[in-house]
Amino acid sequence: MTAAVLPRALPTGRILVAAILGLVAAFALLGPVLVPGDPFAQSLMKSLAGPEPAAPFGYDHLGRSLWHRLVHALRLSPLIALAAVATAAAAGLVLGVVAALRGGWVERLLVILADALLALPGLLMVLIVLAIMPGTATGFWAGLSLVLWVEFFRLTRATARATLASPAVQAARLLGFGWPYVLRTHLWPEIAPLMLTAAAFGTATAIMGIAALGFVSVGMRAPTPELGLMMVELLPYWREAPMALLTPVLATFALLLGLTLLAGGHRT
Amino acid sequence: MTILVSRLVQAVVVALLVGAATFAMMRSLPGDAAWRIAAGRYGYDNVNVAAAEAVRAELGLDGPWLGAFLQWMGDLFRLDFGVSLVSGQPVIAEIGHQLGASLWLALAAVGLSLVIGPPLGILAGLRPGSLFDRVLLVVSTALKAVPQFLMALILILVLSVQLGWLPAAGYGQPRHFILPAFALALGLAAVNARIARDAMASVGAMPFYAFAQWKGLSRAQVLWRHGLRNVSVPLLTYLGLQFVLLVEGVVVIESIVGWPGIGHALVHAVFARDVPMVQGTALMLGLGFVLVNALIDLLAARIDPRGAR
Repeated sequence: MTAAVLPRALPTGRILVAAILGLVAAFALLGPVLVPGDPFAQSLMKSLAGPEPAAPFGYDHLGRSLWHRLVHALRLSPLIALAAVATAAAAGLVLGVVAALRGGWVERLLVILADALLALPGLLMVLIVLAIMPGTATGFWAGLSLVLWVEFFRLTRATARATLASPAVQAARLLGFGWPYVLRTHLWPEIAPLMLTAAAFGTATAIMGIAALGFVSVGMRAPTPELGLMMVELLPYWREAPMALLTPVLATFALLLGLTLLAGGHRT
Repeated sequence: MTILVSRLVQAVVVALLVGAATFAMMRSLPGDAAWRIAAGRYGYDNVNVAAAEAVRAELGLDGPWLGAFLQWMGDLFRLDFGVSLVSGQPVIAEIGHQLGASLWLALAAVGLSLVIGPPLGILAGLRPGSLFDRVLLVVSTALKAVPQFLMALILILVLSVQLGWLPAAGYGQPRHFILPAFALALGLAAVNARIARDAMASVGAMPFYAFAQWKGLSRAQVLWRHGLRNVSVPLLTYLGLQFVLLVEGVVVIESIVGWPGIGHALVHAVFARDVPMVQGTALMLGLGFVLVNALIDLLAARIDPRGAR
């Protein structure tokens, strides 16, 4: 596919991505500095009350400050997602390079395993791991890592196979450079941009997964502020307090939109 | 032929993975599995030691794990899924009930997404860079960023709660299909449209396409004879990959709107630690993916014989 047939990236695209993700990150990091408070403190007198200086987004059905619950939720999901993506990327990178370098039955075995994992819905694997692992956050981390490494592995292996067979790598080998040098100077520059796309996409997938399972009440447990869980808790109070429900909805949308744009902007 | 062999290997490994995962789940359940299962069967207030011990003896929850594992896998490959720990019904019968409901929902969603996505994508791909192309890019990017459960939530709030046009949940009448099918289809359509648009744009830029126009065929004829067939191959391949996305969506959406399908059953089975049900449903979903993709491989090889190896 030639570059000419693709629509040029919107000139404002990069600024938009930086603005959205920067805003969400700034809120998650600086929120409690600007307005100190506790995401778990209840005050039933203030149930579903509107915004006030101590709680700029108002209160939920149990009278907990939505500002502080949202800060907590916007730290929790991305943190789990980033940890899972980092683990998955490292595993996928190493296994992908090993598969491309070694070939033979090592490669075949890894490919078969990756293909089989690809056939199983990711949320299903996460649910099973959640049932096995103690602790919801570690369960999510392990389950999501198990699901996400496949994409990194496939990308790395495909790129590494092509690159390692190229004349440039043959020349470098003939000149006596070792594999560490070849991997660093020839392979990494090829893989790095792909990894960034896959990482942004994987982070979005992980955050969606955590929120989706929270929303159907099989993810994070009740007092923890989590995006999907907040939505399902506030859903019955839609008529009384529409803004209370819209707060986590808009935050989730902004976060996922930023990550999707980040992944899409590098793909073409 | 090689395609089918590799799909067969994939199916076997899927079964192994599901077997190993559910075995691990059975063995490492936090707490006493016998108590949990007894609670699932008799209700949380009616559990006592006798009931738990009866469950333990019946299911053989003690004992060396290697023998248990081999027996577990043996049962799996003989397609003997056993009996649901909660309802006491054979797992096969339970899944038979639910599969139909899920299948119809999935088909409705895929059909709807194919009606919405590819036509818009092809229209945009015929004129790359036009205003319509740019608008579609923005809309599809935004839609892609909305997870399916959020789409369902938005549709329920707008169509059911505010406007009162559709029931928020339920099953049995055709109008119950509309909301969950749209919730699933809009996300799929966003991706379909992108794939169709990129395929159409690259086909439209090919010399043979320009030649077909130059030799005097009308735009519609060129699109019909030279465009659509080339666009359909990447679209089909993507449809196969989207199947997993669809199944994930079905699992979540069914739980939200109370659809008595396989996804709803799966979430409940995981929640109640009903391991035979988890195993049966997971295997069904995994093998379904392999089957759908094997069919798509064959179909794609028919449409575009160049790719066949």
